Amino acid sequence: MKRIVGLLMVWLLTSQNAFAELQILVTGGVDSGRPVAIPQFKWAGGTQLPEDVANVISSDLMRSGKFAPLARTQMPQSPTTAAEITYPVWANMGIEAMVVGHIEPAGANQYKVTFELVDVLKGKNGGADAVLDSRVATVPGKQLRQYAHRISDIVYERLTGERGAFLTRISYISFNHGAQYPYQLMMADYDGYNERVLLRSREPLMSPSWSPDGRKLAYVSFEKRRASIYIQDLYSQSRSLVASYPGINGAPEWSPDGRKLALVLSKDGQPDVYILDVGSRQLTRVTSERSIDTEPSWTPDGRGLVFTSERGGKPQIYRVDLATGATQRVTWEGDMNLAASMSPDGKSLVMVSRVQGQYRIARQDLESGAVYVLSQASSDKSPSVAPNGSMIIYSTVYQGKQGLALVSADGRFKANLPSTTGEVRAPAWSPFLN
Amino acid sequence: MQINNLLKSLMIALPMFTLAACSSTEDSGAGVQEQGVETLNGGDQGLSADEQMRQKYEALRQDNTIYFGFDQDAIDGQYTELLQAHANFLREHNTIKVLVEGHTDERGTPEYNIALGERRAKAVAKYLQNLGVDATQLSVVSYGEEKPADASHSEDAFSKNRRAVLVY
Repeated sequence: MKRIVGLLMVWLLTSQNAFAELQILVTGGVDSGRPVAIPQFKWAGGTQLPEDVANVISSDLMRSGKFAPLARTQMPQSPTTAAEITYPVWANMGIEAMVVGHIEPAGANQYKVTFELVDVLKGKNGGADAVLDSRVATVPGKQLRQYAHRISDIVYERLTGERGAFLTRISYISFNHGAQYPYQLMMADYDGYNERVLLRSREPLMSPSWSPDGRKLAYVSFEKRRASIYIQDLYSQSRSLVASYPGINGAPEWSPDGRKLALVLSKDGQPDVYILDVGSRQLTRVTSERSIDTEPSWTPDGRGLVFTSERGGKPQIYRVDLATGATQRVTWEGDMNLAASMSPDGKSLVMVSRVQGQYRIARQDLESGAVYVLSQASSDKSPSVAPNGSMIIYSTVYQGKQGLALVSADGRFKANLPSTTGEVRAPAWSPFLN
Repeated sequence: MQINNLLKSLMIALPMFTLAACSSTEDSGAGVQEQGVETLNGGDQGLSADEQMRQKYEALRQDNTIYFGFDQDAIDGQYTELLQAHANFLREHNTIKVLVEGHTDERGTPEYNIALGERRAKAVAKYLQNLGVDATQLSVVSYGEEKPADASHSEDAFSKNRRAVLVY
């Protein structure tokens, strides 16, 4: 029986060209992390490796802001196993840890990857416990890059005690002025590789938000010539309309338990925060002041929201306890504060702060109230925090075009991710996906 | 076996949707429905009443944008005449509907700008209502910073983007 495909044309997309549309241009602070070295993995095959695994690991660790990987050109030797490491040479350069490895072909487009994570100081002291971790795995060519990210996760967790976020993804909106479908909802690896188009539209798309299981995106679409909120399942091929009330339908944010969306509606007179139960479609009103209340974001325990409100005059961040309705102001510095979200450990607020007309990404320590400005341009916005709290992606204007940028949460590592085509905005970092 | 591997390596079956939403920058037939004889000024041109009305309508469609100061939704005095003209037209032809679009420049955040854009659009709609236009003829949509008139990120562009647009 022939199935008739309706108005929506649906294509199954495979992983696109290996060349990334989003480039990464490092702009700051790589020298202040812990010195590590990841020499090139030895490759025993004849053809070219689809990925420079050591380079992927090195870049991942650098972007976290916590590590300063040694440049390949400065390496005194090229060991591929722990046994080959001449420890004093590396220890003298201040290197704390190394990742060494080798890759052999293992059948049709399969690769056997062996790596060891080595503590240089322990090695120098002749300890048998110098090798902190060592694994062997066979992976298909298409997953070699993902496996390199997996190694980064293992190394990061071993060296910092924190879970790595290198296997995560980002979603964002791409805008091509003048194209037939100027607005596209995109997804890519957190570093901009493997970019894929999820949706194309003639009308604006905004505010993608990941469900906590990483399987769905909620977003705003103007395809009906006004704002509506949709949920799109990345695995099945379903897309459903969840909010299309009169007026604004905006800023959807999934709750930590995956059952609700916080969102903004103006149907009752002015923009206010509501919560929609996705299953029952029941709506609960959260704010009702006669001022703009918008940009809700959940506290990690799911019991509260932080949001932007003009109730005090200029936009500032407030926090509401959903059980009691008790609301208090959280931000006191700068002319205005917008687009706040909480770090996964609940200890910081990441937001857009306007000071002297400049919109920058800032992090506020909730206990001390101290505010750290993390970005330097004048029109920065849409910050989204990695699920381990270590990195923040946001939107900025770079060389006259809107693009993404990465900053580590401690402000040390900075990079721009401009798009090679069009402009990019509204990034959203996925939850842990593995 | 190989097919399973291929499917596994795809990892995600990604639907890519293309929305064929009808989008036209032209108006979609807010045609002239008025019947009967119009008494209009400017009869000295010798045009028929319908023709005069159509010209007026065209003139209004051209002159349909109100610009705003940064972070402001107050309507500047220079737009009094423009809004009066639109109000007169709408009162005379009370089956015609107008959509007021609200827009902002790119400073600030996208969702806050949606709210600010709506405030601007509502301010214009309210102004027209105060001039006697029926609420049923007015609707409002905010595009925030998402549909700039000038996408170039300059200060000059900013001032062109802070606007409300009357769309028939």
